[in-house]
Amino acid sequence: MIRWLLLLLGGALLGGIVHLATIIILPRTATQDAYSRLARSAPVNAVTALATPSPAAAPMPFMDPAFASAVCRYDLSQGPLKLSVPVSPAYTSVSFYTRYDVAYYAINDRAAGRRVIELDLMTPDQHNQMPEDEDITAADRLIVESPTLTGLIAIRALAPEPGLMSVAQNTIAAAKCVRADDANRPN
Amino acid sequence: MRLLLGSLFALVVAAVVGLGATYLALTRGAAFGPLTIGSWTAWPKTGTADADPYAQAEIARIGRLPTALGDGVAFTATSDDNGRRLDGRCDVVLSGVTPAARFWTLTLYRPDGELVANSLSRFGFTSQEITRFADGSFQIVVAPRANPGNWLPTGGIERYILLLRLYDTAVGVSTKAGREVPMPAVNVRSCP
Repeated sequence: MIRWLLLLLGGALLGGIVHLATIIILPRTATQDAYSRLARSAPVNAVTALATPSPAAAPMPFMDPAFASAVCRYDLSQGPLKLSVPVSPAYTSVSFYTRYDVAYYAINDRAAGRRVIELDLMTPDQHNQMPEDEDITAADRLIVESPTLTGLIAIRALAPEPGLMSVAQNTIAAAKCVRADDANRPN
Repeated sequence: MRLLLGSLFALVVAAVVGLGATYLALTRGAAFGPLTIGSWTAWPKTGTADADPYAQAEIARIGRLPTALGDGVAFTATSDDNGRRLDGRCDVVLSGVTPAARFWTLTLYRPDGELVANSLSRFGFTSQEITRFADGSFQIVVAPRANPGNWLPTGGIERYILLLRLYDTAVGVSTKAGREVPMPAVNVRSCP
């Protein structure tokens, strides 16, 4: 009897380890997470407009139907990224997610305080390698450090009423997300 | 033989306990730091870089992008103020005010996060669309059939989730439930 109780206890303890292991491994193995879903349709280092969600189809679950949205799937292995998002009349926000969909930074139009939200996205290493003087001239530019090499930027503009959805979509359409090297190159 | 049987028993117990606990944690919402006000619960920390493993696993399983804390806070309601599960065949009344925020949106989803089809193509309200009383409070009727005033159609589905998202708000990780953060009351008015 005691033997079985001990085995039960041992099994339960082992079960606790199984539980913690599955919870930690799950984000690394999920194939239907937001990043994997968007990876199929969104090219790297470019802004892709997302369809407004409808009952028939939605790019991902639990999207807010009052927003026009776009994503930029980024890869910083080739260098930093420059992001510029014009501000819509109502409310515009830019949220940054890691490869595993953890939101590590977000800014809205009021916090940016300008007509255009302009950001430089880079890894901590790339930030450290930036020359000192360039850092000073770039002082008015916001620098965001990405904890992972790849990830997602979600750009969203609110349509306070359905009639204003086209305004929000046009704002989003003008957003740009390009590699810093390409942005500096003269056309 | 006894040893084999014993270790097999222990392994089965481990699998049932471990996977069962994972399933429960992912379906019931076991992320740390919930902020519950009335029927509404938000996980402000889930929208930050400090999101705990439970929040990360839940996000990955559902496949959504969480609302980042610098953007806003999302409050979820799955039951009314008496603890009864929200039923799309009943008339449910949301009444009151929201915490201070630049904008808010209220959206009705199926439990899996899809929108519910209806003839009006109305999936929710924004704070600007709503008609209010003179004191700034509002009333929204969530019901299968048309109602006067702010009517949010349920399509008659059995279970649904309400999401109230506050954008550009001071509500966050350090917020405690209290008078500064009033959330609308959720009450069933009638049920067939």
